[in-house]
Amino acid sequence: MVKREVVGGTFMKNLGKILFFLALVQTSSSLGWAEGSQNALSLPPVAQKPIDFSRDIEPILKGRCTMCHGEAQQLSGLRLDQRSTAMQGGYSGPVIIPHKSSESKLVRIVSGVIKDVVMPPSGERLSDDEVGLLRAWIDQGASWPLEAETALEATASSGRKKSSHWAYQPLKKPVPPEIDNPKWARSPVDHFILARLSKEGVDPSPEADKYTLFRRLHLDLIGMPPTPAQITAYIKDSDPAAYETWVDRLLESPHYGEKWAMQWLDLARYADSDGYEKDLVRPHAWRYRHWVIKALNDDMPFDQFTVEQIAGDLLPNATTEQKVATGFHRNTLKNREGGVKIEQFRFEEIIDRASTVGTVWMGLTVACAQCHDHKYDPITQKDFYSLFSFFNNADEVNIDAPLAGEMGPFLSQWPRYRTEREELLQKNRVYELMPAWEEKMRLAARNPGKWTDLDHAYDALGKYLDNGHGIVEKSPSERTRKETDSLIDHFVVNYHRIITKEFNKELNYKDLLRGNSSFPSGKLQDLKDKFPAVSEAQTIAESAQGRKSNIHIRGAWNQKGIEVSSAVPAFLGSLENTTNASRIDLAEWIISEDNPLTARVTVNRIWQEYFGAGLVRTSENFGSQGETPTHPNLLDWLAADFIEHDWSLKKIHKTIVMSTAYRQSSAARPELVTQDPDNRWLARQQRLRLPAELVRDSTLAVSGLLYPKIGGKSVRPPLPPGVTGLSYGNSQQWPEESDGRDRYRRGLYVLLQRTIPYPQMATFDATSREITLCKRERSNTPLQSLNLLNDPVFTEAAQALAVRILSESKQSFSERLLHAFQIALARTPSDEELESLQKYYHRQTQIFEQEPGAAEKLAPVELAGISRIETAAWTGLSSVLLNLDEFITRE
Amino acid sequence: MTIEQLAAIQSRRRFLKKCGAGISTAAFANLLSAEGYSTDSSKLPRVNPMAPRRPHFAPKAKNIILMYQSGAPSQLDLFDPKPGLSKWNGESLPPSLTKDLKLAFIKPNAKIMASPYKFKRYGQSGMEFSELVPHLGTCADDICMIRTMNTEAFNHDPGVLMLTTGHTQFGRPSIGSWVAYGLGSESQNLPGFVVLGSGKGPNGGSNIWGNGFLPSAYQGTRFRTTGDPILYLANNEGVSRELQRSRLDVIRKLNEKRYEETGDLEIAARINSYELAFRMQIAAPGLLDFSDEPQHILDAYGAEKEPTQAFGTNCLLARRMVERGVRFVMLNHGDWDAHQKIDENHRENCSMVDQPAAALIKDLKQRGLLDSTLVIWSAEFGRTPMIQLDRPDAGAGRDHHPDCYSLWLAGGGIKPGTILGETDDIGLKTVQDKVHVHDLQATVLHCLGFDHEKLTFHHEGRDFRLTDVGGTVIDSILL
Repeated sequence: MVKREVVGGTFMKNLGKILFFLALVQTSSSLGWAEGSQNALSLPPVAQKPIDFSRDIEPILKGRCTMCHGEAQQLSGLRLDQRSTAMQGGYSGPVIIPHKSSESKLVRIVSGVIKDVVMPPSGERLSDDEVGLLRAWIDQGASWPLEAETALEATASSGRKKSSHWAYQPLKKPVPPEIDNPKWARSPVDHFILARLSKEGVDPSPEADKYTLFRRLHLDLIGMPPTPAQITAYIKDSDPAAYETWVDRLLESPHYGEKWAMQWLDLARYADSDGYEKDLVRPHAWRYRHWVIKALNDDMPFDQFTVEQIAGDLLPNATTEQKVATGFHRNTLKNREGGVKIEQFRFEEIIDRASTVGTVWMGLTVACAQCHDHKYDPITQKDFYSLFSFFNNADEVNIDAPLAGEMGPFLSQWPRYRTEREELLQKNRVYELMPAWEEKMRLAARNPGKWTDLDHAYDALGKYLDNGHGIVEKSPSERTRKETDSLIDHFVVNYHRIITKEFNKELNYKDLLRGNSSFPSGKLQDLKDKFPAVSEAQTIAESAQGRKSNIHIRGAWNQKGIEVSSAVPAFLGSLENTTNASRIDLAEWIISEDNPLTARVTVNRIWQEYFGAGLVRTSENFGSQGETPTHPNLLDWLAADFIEHDWSLKKIHKTIVMSTAYRQSSAARPELVTQDPDNRWLARQQRLRLPAELVRDSTLAVSGLLYPKIGGKSVRPPLPPGVTGLSYGNSQQWPEESDGRDRYRRGLYVLLQRTIPYPQMATFDATSREITLCKRERSNTPLQSLNLLNDPVFTEAAQALAVRILSESKQSFSERLLHAFQIALARTPSDEELESLQKYYHRQTQIFEQEPGAAEKLAPVELAGISRIETAAWTGLSSVLLNLDEFITRE
Repeated sequence: MTIEQLAAIQSRRRFLKKCGAGISTAAFANLLSAEGYSTDSSKLPRVNPMAPRRPHFAPKAKNIILMYQSGAPSQLDLFDPKPGLSKWNGESLPPSLTKDLKLAFIKPNAKIMASPYKFKRYGQSGMEFSELVPHLGTCADDICMIRTMNTEAFNHDPGVLMLTTGHTQFGRPSIGSWVAYGLGSESQNLPGFVVLGSGKGPNGGSNIWGNGFLPSAYQGTRFRTTGDPILYLANNEGVSRELQRSRLDVIRKLNEKRYEETGDLEIAARINSYELAFRMQIAAPGLLDFSDEPQHILDAYGAEKEPTQAFGTNCLLARRMVERGVRFVMLNHGDWDAHQKIDENHRENCSMVDQPAAALIKDLKQRGLLDSTLVIWSAEFGRTPMIQLDRPDAGAGRDHHPDCYSLWLAGGGIKPGTILGETDDIGLKTVQDKVHVHDLQATVLHCLGFDHEKLTFHHEGRDFRLTDVGGTVIDSILL
């Protein structure tokens, strides 16, 4: 303890308290603490008598410890009912150090001298006498007589018991059950559904009408409604195979990949920015989304889809596309806020990677085990950090990932680009200035805390340049061309962050800091923009560092427990490679027969999209706290069938949409409301409000505004004023709006800036994708109404739809309305609807006649031979159609 | 029983299932009456996620106004006087005192900087405020000051997420969303959870009023400073109210027809959403129209002059919203993050917020609303007693300090004129009555009538709550 002369009074008193407090903290922060008077005072005194283990100690351990640290559970890896494990200790190391009771964690933790933790966590604290006994026992050598060993030890040594929970049992393909009405069944799926319905004594619903079914199929498979021409063709087609023909056609549509990418991007927590305070845009993130869309359109088998995303970089002779797939892991949040500890947020990213893989492929909420053994599921903290370990040694690497057609122009211009770039750098003395700065950075790395200025610059190097700290340590000859360029770019572009005045004095960077510096931070980018570029991608790659992994006590990044090696959760199985398993081993295990979860979890999520809920309703949780399947055999049949057909996603989609169950009407049935309010038996289909992106897509599609380009970069449709003010210190702007056709791209291409959610997306329950998401909410709010009524995108769509109706259909009101209904709702209007809308049409024309100028504002486009009032009234009518619940619902 | 009645039962059942233990039986009864289709002339069941609901026990507070001071003001320069600091001014603390400090930018050996501001005792309570916040001083006897707050996070985003969602990472619902979820809203023509901002955008962005895993009906609705007060509130050009009404009538009619065909309750909810949207279109502009406020009220808030105009307007709006039944108003003000030039920064910010914040307390009090409205002033953490001086010419600042900082509460069942907690003589550590952010949240929920351990939502296999796995109600500051 430091002694210091201070003036007396309350400060002295308070300082005393502080010192005492610090003493406590100190004792807890190091186990190697030496006996000192302050600390000994805080532990109860050692009992002064010879200890008999069975008489004095065993009752305490059995009474207060072994329910959590015994045979059934070994929380924190500690087991206190047998000598060998008790002496080994837990995740944080030994807890009993013979002859040294005051250093033994067991004593310290029950005495309450460790900050914020005391054991047992509930009930009375151990009495001072009891602690005194424990201390005496330890000080006397912690003897644990053989006869006191519980008889359990011999049997328990074989490892943990296999769980009996349904989801972890091996997958077998059940035989579809016999049913009373085999004619109803079009697919094995229907046998399972109908058998359940018969058991409940309920009839299935009739098939939805042809119009509804056709629209349902389009919205489900490609995320956009059919066109009137397609509807007419389908309705007229009497071929019994017409439905199947359309299923095949839609599965071959490139829009299928877009539609189904949306669900995957939620799982992959895909976004175009970092999140957190700085929330920098990730200009290359889209390349991963592009990969997902293409993989789905190519019907890449799901096992391959899995391996490439988890470990594509580690495949032999990995292709660029396989590396791009690992962008899955780059979607984690990144905190570049000044002052954050880089290692802490690297740790948080790895935690997120491990728990995301656990949820996405295994339906397990493993994240609980970051801090403690899972309360309900057999996932231990050790399991979690063994999973963590697979990702701990991966570095973030950006690579060139050219798309077809990019390479030619790029290469042909490359020499000119390099020449101009070199000239620019030479002219501005970059090569002259950089070495000294690099030297300073290496100096800062070795002397943290010595120079605040350098610390800030070094911090910025780590935060603004991916792997910046690694690159600056390499000698120039060791760096790849890309690394060299990126370091130069960082130096030039961020010079204002990394060169302060103090720094400048010493290095003589005067020129850089004059008011209007000529330093080419912007010019470098301009130059890049001038030349053809190849696309880049965010990927991961194994680091040469070989980072070791540990259990982290209570999930804290800086509190390491025992070391762990990469392994799959022990209750699910084990890998052959126990010493240096890689992400490839993990990926291969995930898709192996040993893991029954992947196929079950995947088909369940697909089912969820079609029926509004999975066969396991908690699609994010297949553990013991999740729900049990409503149709367990159907789930297993689908999962087994999925694997049998080489993990083909398109095949599983087809199996589901071909079923009679899928084709049922979604109308509610009064008799079912009390019997099966949540539609668990599937005696009908379910009406589903479209997800945010599809609300946009459908609107743009029916109005004819949609620009249906597949893939590519993210777009920035106009944002209403004031929306960017959401970001921290207004730091993020929406720099330039995409112009022309790009304003009308599908919703999944709208730039997803985490701190500035695009309003319509947020209003309709799209999240800002901070964490993996298995199922979106479907809310119903007044802001949604206002959005559909007044958002300029929707207004413009109503105007365009009016123009479309008026120019495509030149006849009577009712014929035009029929056309409008076909476009927007893929059906014909009823007489009642016709009448209501006709009345509304007339009411509008009356109002427009009384309010001069109103029609012109509503309908800015002049159409030949049609009055402005007529166009405006059709605009209003179009807006009504686009606002109907039916329009934003998959019936 | 008609299909509508059956559907209504179904909806309540689904709702209550999701709420789990979150809503009491009393709330269930209340819900039944709030959705009672028998009282509605329409044959549609009323499906309104914002229908008012009763909490677990009789509440003191009905409304909350949270003034989030983004960037973290210095408690040592506003609320927690430390004359002891002057003895250390310009010196480093011994390493034994600073070894466990978590600091963002400065090193533990940074020099101490005493507060340059004079503190004065106010009111009968004798609570001390610095010269930067004289108006708040005049509310001393209505304020409960907590000087010993602590949080885990020492960076802004994790810090404000902790304050507003109870967790340092993204993805959890905001406290306002929890409250709207638990209580619904008294207002049938304004959103239940409203967000207002002044100064720079807040830390944490929209996540601090996000609904997390709760249905998005419970997310904060941002009242904007430019354009419509609520996004897309105004009708398109050329659409008069009459035209709008006729449009909504036909949408309603067609939706009703669809409802009859499908029996899907979501359509009933959709119809209600459109009606509420229309009522918002009418009510929101009235809310913003201050012409019914007497001049002395406008002057008290400083709503018409700089530098108080922005925050003053928001404070006055907050009162008007509370009067109209808005459940939770979040007022964000920033940016207090004074790593440099703290004197300039804090003088400027105080000149913007001190007068309006005090005016709000007094105005609520004189209207008899303070008893049922809990006003909270809080940042994500405090600032260090040590100086941050990045460069000799940078101007002195203070770094982030999560270990002990001050915040205050007023009204809503909190004991007025009280100080809770004692910090050491240099404002570095808590000496007595450490209060964690989860304790604050537990207490706020308690004032609203909730057991914070029972206001839960089942998600990803477990019951989540605002206070995560912590939180103890601070009984000593309750009335």
